Amino acid sequence: MSLLNVQGLGISFGGLKAVNDVSFKVSPGEIVSVIGPNGAGKTTLFNMISGVYQPGRGSVSLNGTEVTGVAPNRLAEMGLSRTFQNLQIFQEMTVLDNVLAGYHLSERGSVWADLLALPGMKRRAAEARAGARKLLERVRLEKAAEQVAGNLSYGALKRLEIARALALSPKILLLDEPAAGCNAVETEEIDHLIAELAASGIAILLVEHDMKLVMRISNHIVVLDHGEKIAEGDPATVSRDPAVIAAYLGTEEEEPAHADG
Amino acid sequence: MTGRNKWISLGVLALLIALLPLFFPSGYYYRVGALIFVNALSVVGLVILIGYAGQISLGHAGFAGIGAYACALAPEHLGLHPALAVLLGAVISGVMAALIGKPILRLKGYYLAVATLGFGILVSMVLTNERALTGGPDGMNVADLGLRSLLRDMGWRLSGGEFWYMICGVVLLVGAWLALNLFDSPSGRAMRALHGSEVAAATVGVDVPRQKLRAFVISAVYASVAGSLLALQNGYITPDVAGFMHSVEMVTMAVLGGVGSVLGATFGAAILTLLPQVLTVFAEYEQLVLGLVMVLVMIFLPQGLLPSIARRLKGRDE
Repeated sequence: MSLLNVQGLGISFGGLKAVNDVSFKVSPGEIVSVIGPNGAGKTTLFNMISGVYQPGRGSVSLNGTEVTGVAPNRLAEMGLSRTFQNLQIFQEMTVLDNVLAGYHLSERGSVWADLLALPGMKRRAAEARAGARKLLERVRLEKAAEQVAGNLSYGALKRLEIARALALSPKILLLDEPAAGCNAVETEEIDHLIAELAASGIAILLVEHDMKLVMRISNHIVVLDHGEKIAEGDPATVSRDPAVIAAYLGTEEEEPAHADG
Repeated sequence: MTGRNKWISLGVLALLIALLPLFFPSGYYYRVGALIFVNALSVVGLVILIGYAGQISLGHAGFAGIGAYACALAPEHLGLHPALAVLLGAVISGVMAALIGKPILRLKGYYLAVATLGFGILVSMVLTNERALTGGPDGMNVADLGLRSLLRDMGWRLSGGEFWYMICGVVLLVGAWLALNLFDSPSGRAMRALHGSEVAAATVGVDVPRQKLRAFVISAVYASVAGSLLALQNGYITPDVAGFMHSVEMVTMAVLGGVGSVLGATFGAAILTLLPQVLTVFAEYEQLVLGLVMVLVMIFLPQGLLPSIARRLKGRDE
């Protein structure tokens, strides 16, 4: 059974249909990529699935439960985790604290335990800290653990966001352009990391502009243009699809429209 | 902040509280010290609200007013012991904060500032206008805590100044300990996370409105206890304690010292409590000097005094 099921999802901003009637499924261990030109509605789609935007139409279900428009923190409790295209790092906190924040659901307790530093709180926090250090090693940021996150390079922050998202032990992970701004070596590392995560049974939904990366690791690709799904299938099928080629390269009639955007 | 930093901060604070009296030229300075500790206590509460959770309040003097008048009214009308009146005030403040915080913490920035300001003004108006109960703008007497005479009977003679210096110092230490515990706890991390990015905090499972409310209620209780201590040590209270200027003073102390740091906030409270004492010569220009200090700090040391100085010293070391 599919873990994430998106049916006819759509949203309009002031009469403009930013996303319209998009449907697809993601199963455990599967890597599904959403691609399309800039402004195609990929991030908007992510924001609807993760509860940041309320969808105008359609439905999202997670593990068989209808979750359309459910708040992000409730979705996190149900095993959905995400990263952001425009980094959403806790800049003033240390790198380690950023990942620890990702352990919120497993380390939270009563506020009295927190104020009085009771042993139960210390034990939960110590477990979270051990897990966070392992995750930092996994994204090679263990040496920066005590640094303030705001001082890290862009590529390092991208990896930090992935580590924070993994701290939730998600069933499904939404990655919004994880390789943007990364050099070739970093991109390859992220490539390996995503493949590993999928192999461990996590469902991956990926938005990415690096076509080589997408074609290499995706099981299934959904192509959006102007908010509509114009094609889907395995990488080989999608890359030969005339509608996809037209959307990316533009056809003669469409040329002026693209110049505007 | 690691566990080690917590004990360093607490140690520094405890040493200062214990050793400062050695340099006091007269008994009057115990009074000033106790006033500094009371102000610092409410400012530590604001560090939790502003520094950790990133929410503003211009109405926290309202909670100080509730705490102060609980100590004035409860012993007289309910026959409660003043020490229990402190608790009663804290509970009322906490409940009020939870009730009003729920709707107004949805607001952000200026809007939240105005809404909290409204609350503070409301409390101060009630205290000023309910003459039959509160004595109106003239204020009212506050019953004695009774602890000092108890200590005297046990053979420990303390002047009023010494006694309140000690009590307020100990309460400040406890308040600082709680705030430092919170900083490095799951709730504290959740508060600091939503300060950094509400959307990212929500996606890692933080219940953002709930954590904001927590910070608001905790800081209200700090202000309330500070108000109670102020009333008890002065033996007299006027509605000024809940006034708008008192709210602004609290936020100014927090920002001046460094709103992210408990020690910095105490430092800010010390400076702004001492300044009027030093400036009595230019009493007429006191507000002017306060304003000038504020503007200069915002321009040159936006992080607050203590963190900026600490950063500069660290930079020199490396």
